[in-house]
Parts: sequence; C-alpha cells; structure tokens
Amino acid sequence: MIFNFFRNTSAAFKAINRKYSTPRIKMTPLARLSLGVLRFYLLFLVGILVYKFVMTLHK
Amino acid sequence: MNFLAKLFYKYKKFLKVARLYLLIAGPGIIVMMADNDAGGITTYTVTGAQYKFYLIWFLILLGPVAYFVQEMTVRLGSVTKRGHAEAIFHSFGAFWGWLSLLDLVLVDWLTMITEFVGMTAALSIFGVPRLVTVILSWIVMGAMVIQGRYWTWEKIALVFCALNLIYIPAAFMINPPVHEVLRGSFIPQLPPGGFTNALFFLLMANIGTTIAPWMVFFQQSAVVDKGMQEKDMLWGQIDTAVGSFLTVVVAAGCVILTGTLIPGQNITDAATAAIRFMGINKYVGAFLAIGLFDAGFLGAICISLASSWAFGEVFGWAHSLNKKVKEAPWFYAYYFFDLMLAGTVVLIPRAPLVLITLFVQVVAVTLLPAALVFLILLLNDSETMGEYKNTRFQNFANISIVVMIIVVSTVYSISALFPNILGG
Repeated sequence: MIFNFFRNTSAAFKAINRKYSTPRIKMTPLARLSLGVLRFYLLFLVGILVYKFVMTLHK
Repeated sequence: MNFLAKLFYKYKKFLKVARLYLLIAGPGIIVMMADNDAGGITTYTVTGAQYKFYLIWFLILLGPVAYFVQEMTVRLGSVTKRGHAEAIFHSFGAFWGWLSLLDLVLVDWLTMITEFVGMTAALSIFGVPRLVTVILSWIVMGAMVIQGRYWTWEKIALVFCALNLIYIPAAFMINPPVHEVLRGSFIPQLPPGGFTNALFFLLMANIGTTIAPWMVFFQQSAVVDKGMQEKDMLWGQIDTAVGSFLTVVVAAGCVILTGTLIPGQNITDAATAAIRFMGINKYVGAFLAIGLFDAGFLGAICISLASSWAFGEVFGWAHSLNKKVKEAPWFYAYYFFDLMLAGTVVLIPRAPLVLITLFVQVVAVTLLPAALVFLILLLNDSETMGEYKNTRFQNFANISIVVMIIVVSTVYSISALFPNILGG
C-alpha cells in the first residue's frame, strides 16, 4: 500500500512536469539566471533569519 | 417636489450600486481582513506598547502597498481564470512552479501555526483549554466548507471580517490622546531612541503581516472560484481598496489601544496585552481577546484554502468550494490536513510560540519578492493580459515595492548578523 502510494505520487509529479515542460513565457538565459540568483539570495537571507532564531532560542 | 424626486432617484441608484457591490464584494475584503491575522494583531499590539503612536504613519503607508500588490491578482484572476499556482506553472514551467509552491507551503504552514497560537492564547484568557479551542476551531472551519457553496463560505467569512473591526470601537472606548494619535498618523517620525535592531525587527514584522505570499495565491484563486469576469474587475478593485483601507484602520486601532493603555510596557504578544487590559477595562480586554481569536480563525481558514487551491490547481484535483466533499475529496483533505497539522503543533508543551509568531512574519516578508516578481511578469504579458496589463505607473509602484522589500530584508539580515551596526 505504501509502495503504491509512492508510485502514484511519483507518477503524478512526472505527469505535472510533462504537462508544464514548455513554459509559455520564454525567458532569456539572463532573465532565468537573475531569477535564480534572486531566489538563492532570498533563501540565503532566510537562512540568516533561521540562524538568528536558533541563537535567540539558545540565549 | 422636483428636488425630492431627484433625491429619491439618487437614493435608489445608490442602493442599486451598493447591492451590486455587496454581491461582488468578498475576496478583496476577506484577504485584507485576514491579513490582520493573529500574527498581525500580535505585531500591532507589540508595536503600540513599545512605540506608542510613533509608527502609525508607517502602517498607513502599507495600506496602498497592499492594495497595489493585491489588485494585480484581481486582474490576473479575472482575465486568465486561473489560480496563481497554475498561472506560474503554465507560464514559467514546472521548475519555477515547484519552487513557488514550496515557498507557499512552507510559509503557509508556519503562518497557520501562528493563527492557532493566537486562537488558543485568546480563548485561554476566558479559561478555555488549548485542546478544546483547537478541536472547536477545526469543527467550525470544517462546517464552513462542507456545505459545498463558495457563496455561503464567503458570507460566513465576511461575518468574521466584520468581527475583526471590533478594535475600532475598542479604540474609541479608551479616550486616546487624539492629538498624539493624529501626529503619529500623519507626520512620519522615528520613536525616541532612534533606529534600533528592535525597531527594525518590528517594522519588518509589520510589512510581513501586511503583505504575504499566501495573500497573492488566496485572492487570485478566490476571484476564480467566485467566477469573476473581466466586467467585474472594477468592483474587485473597489473591494480590494475598501479592504486595504479597513486593514489599516484595524491595525491603527490595535496600536492606539496598546499605545494608550500600556505604553512603554514590554509585552511580547497580544494575549498578554489583553490580560493587562482586563485589569484596566475588562470590556476592552475582552474585545482584544475576541478580536485575536477572530483574527487567528480568519487567517487560518484563508491560508489553508490558499494552499488547497494551489495544490488542486497544480495536481489537477477538483478544487472549488462550490463542490461537495465527495466531488473534491483531495482538495478538502488537504484543507483539513493543513489545519490539523498546524493545530497540533500548538498543543506541543513549551514550544516558543510567541517567538515563532514574530519570526514567521519576518520570514514571510523575506520570501515575498520571489512571489511578487512572477506576479509582475505575468501582469506584463501582453498576450495574456491584453488591455489589462500593468501600466507604467503600476509597474513603477510594484517594482518599487519589490526593491524596497529586498533592500529592507538585506539590511535586516545584516543587522541580525552584526547586532551592533544599528545599536539597541
């Protein structure tokens, strides 16, 4: 049953990836890179916040 | 006689317009009032207690910011008839879609915890145990959606929105110093002590509670589920404007309450403020507690729905409040799963709930630009939006908001790493 669940979930993810494999709005490599950098940067900032949260907890 | 006839005609016309507005009103007001969720009320009460009325002007500035962001979702939803998650997958592909969905799930779940924190804290003032509050909330939240009509859900949610306005009469009941309130509202100023880390943290939390990623997803999906068309767009925009006005008024009401009754006191959450109010004016204390519960409740149902809609859109499940549970089982299952998971965390003994509440607001605002960038890109797609694409002014306003948030988040993170930079 658990195996079936994972198999079905994995199939659903694959189907979604196939369905949306071609983006309708074409982005230049530079635009994609900028979005990627922004995303990475924001996650980095969240990482700092998590660090501060943990430090505050341990005070 | 002629004058009376004209007056009567205008009165009838006004009634007709008001009736039409009430028919279409909903997503804008609900999202904006739910924006004043438990985390929001906590942030506002702490702001008022620590800085009196000095920061009301900042809250007023956040009203138009919330409007500009949310208004875009009205146009996008009305034109594309797609929820925000589906719009991102459809337009930018699976990679960016999954990342956006991941952000949403994470921030939504964290925010949901803060809603249950607020609800349990509020009712504990009246002696209701946490477990009872959580279970009762689950039951009411379930009852709201299982009747299978969006319209009914929306009208019940609007009643909870009306209850959120309880802070306005409460603010008038305590005779606040009007001159000081007006000064704090219309003259931008920093509190005595200047710019400190603590002040910065609260400003960030205030931004985070006024605009959040879940709001973008919620309103766009609600616009679609309600079946709003392009012709209804103006009403949707008015609805959003009314909501953003009310959200600022409620926020100011909270600040006025704590700024008047417990200025300078180091409180950490709204429930503590309500308990202290009880000793001064029991009615105002009860109002604050009831409002806090209502805020958490409203936030929880909207955030949970935002996630359920998003998952339904992406996974292709039936995802409408107009469907019965057996017609959209996965949509409702996720809705309940989200509520139960968040509610359970609150029952964990000794969890640092207050710290989590403020921290979540700050994380939400930090991740917000990722969602806003896609929203702005979608609103600039001429092929999809046609005449409803962003104007230059709208682009200027929205891009400025994104840049401002990135700058503020960066400075805050630097100050978190090097606390002595700003002092305090």
